[in-house]
Amino acid sequence: MNILHLLNSMPGTLAQGLIWGITAIGIYITYRILDVADLTVDGSLCTGGAVCIMMMVSGQNVFISMLAATLAGMVTGLVTGLFHTFMGIPAILAGILTQLGLYSVNLKIMGKANQAINVDKYNLLVCSRYIKGVPFYQNTIFVVAVCTLILVALLYWFFGTELGCALRATGCNGNMSRAQGINTNFSKVLGLMISNGLVGLSGALLAQYQGFADINMGRGAIVIGLAAVIIGEAVFSRIFHNFALKLISVALGSILYYIVLQTVVWMGIVDTDNLKLLTALIVAVFLAIPYWKSKYFSKAIVKKGGRTNA
Amino acid sequence: MLEIKNVTKVFNPGTVNEKLALDNFSLTLEDGDFVTVIGGNGAGKSTMMNAIAGAWTVDAGQILIDGIDVTKLPEHKRAKFLGRVFQDPMTGTAATMGIEENLALAKRRGNTRFLTPGITKKEREEYKELLKILDLGLETRLTSKVGLLSGGQRQALTLLMATLKKPKLLLLDEHTAALDPKTAAKVLETTEYIVQKDHLTTLMITHNMKDAIVHGNRLIMLMDGKIILDIKGEEKKRLTVKDLLQKFEAASGEEFTNDQAILG
Repeated sequence: MNILHLLNSMPGTLAQGLIWGITAIGIYITYRILDVADLTVDGSLCTGGAVCIMMMVSGQNVFISMLAATLAGMVTGLVTGLFHTFMGIPAILAGILTQLGLYSVNLKIMGKANQAINVDKYNLLVCSRYIKGVPFYQNTIFVVAVCTLILVALLYWFFGTELGCALRATGCNGNMSRAQGINTNFSKVLGLMISNGLVGLSGALLAQYQGFADINMGRGAIVIGLAAVIIGEAVFSRIFHNFALKLISVALGSILYYIVLQTVVWMGIVDTDNLKLLTALIVAVFLAIPYWKSKYFSKAIVKKGGRTNA
Repeated sequence: MLEIKNVTKVFNPGTVNEKLALDNFSLTLEDGDFVTVIGGNGAGKSTMMNAIAGAWTVDAGQILIDGIDVTKLPEHKRAKFLGRVFQDPMTGTAATMGIEENLALAKRRGNTRFLTPGITKKEREEYKELLKILDLGLETRLTSKVGLLSGGQRQALTLLMATLKKPKLLLLDEHTAALDPKTAAKVLETTEYIVQKDHLTTLMITHNMKDAIVHGNRLIMLMDGKIILDIKGEEKKRLTVKDLLQKFEAASGEEFTNDQAILG
């Protein structure tokens, strides 16, 4: 239990947390803004990683590869969106269907279950080796932090536009949105595409960081993302009200999640095999808190007269 | 302005719950008409509204707004022609968005939405002025989340949103039914003001016979998906609740049993 071990691992933890933060922001868009639990994420994260690695291995520039990974992620969102809106499948099931299908697609993209990329041969944007001993502008933490800020700025701008407002309205009140002439189906598909585009990008960064894309790299991504969203909100919601700050708090939530995870492992409380179980339980409890609050700790609200269902 | 031609709608066809909600229903509204609609539960009032608004497609018949056939248009495309206020104050506004954002959404009803700003500085000033009409003090709370407003305030805001971009037809579906009497009266007063000011063609469902008589230039009563009473012009002006009850009994062969409608 040497505290130095923990401190030494912190920069890596920070980098990982930041990369997952982009996934978490994507999940925030579907889960909080669109009010849809989108399970596509578990598949699209790997799709992003796979596309990025395969393109780089075949000699493409890192930025083009990452752009392609983002677009591939958006396509997965499009598929889920069409399952949901065009085929009338409940959103959660639509995501599960896409995710399952993506398992095969991801295998086809990579040709096998795992594809490695050698940091010495290829020009990676981020890598677990670029944490110490490199100029700050090459440092993975710096690069991903800048990426995150750019994305937050873009999203902040987008959700202030007519289209972005329509998307927010759709998630808040579908009836009202349609009455105001908003095509709610289009909004949902667009939201799912943006979300999974971010997840694809996050997958591309993650694959570079760890030096390989793996068929299982997205397993549980939705839960990790939700954990980040919930932790971010729990810690920062009282001080961060602006939309951009809310997105940043989600990214910070992701970092906190990884720090807690790392600490728990370092303390030897749980072995790494049990990490996913621990994450699932923590997220379950956090999701339950608002429900318990309203059920057991709320004051009775006196309703005004009038026949609400008349 | 509005033509409903022989519209039929059956819910749950082929089951024990089968319900003929609109039965070969026809109604024509002239430009500037303010029609009040009354009828018991299950008479087809809300079904008629939903048929016009396009919540689902009708089984038979045709609906025209300003000469345009909208029978097959999806709900969000018909919204271009319609201003709607619902019975439930929660339905008409987006709770997690600000007052000004809600108004900005309504301002763009019928427009294709692009990547242009969702709300501009100029609009904010405009909304401030508009909100003064309501006399609820909302003009100082432009950025407040709508979820923080009371039912009456939300309903008044919804009314403003429905008429912000002048609709060809204003649909009011018992928009005061969920409010306390004082607030209901205030919202109705605002309704009357806006309808008069903008000369809006309006269809208003109400549970309250007195309101149905006082407001508008024409009154229709529905039963079993059909119009059983249609009173307009001079006759409507002289109408009393007692007349209306008598006419109802004569038309339907039943006694009217809804206390709230009579006493309210």
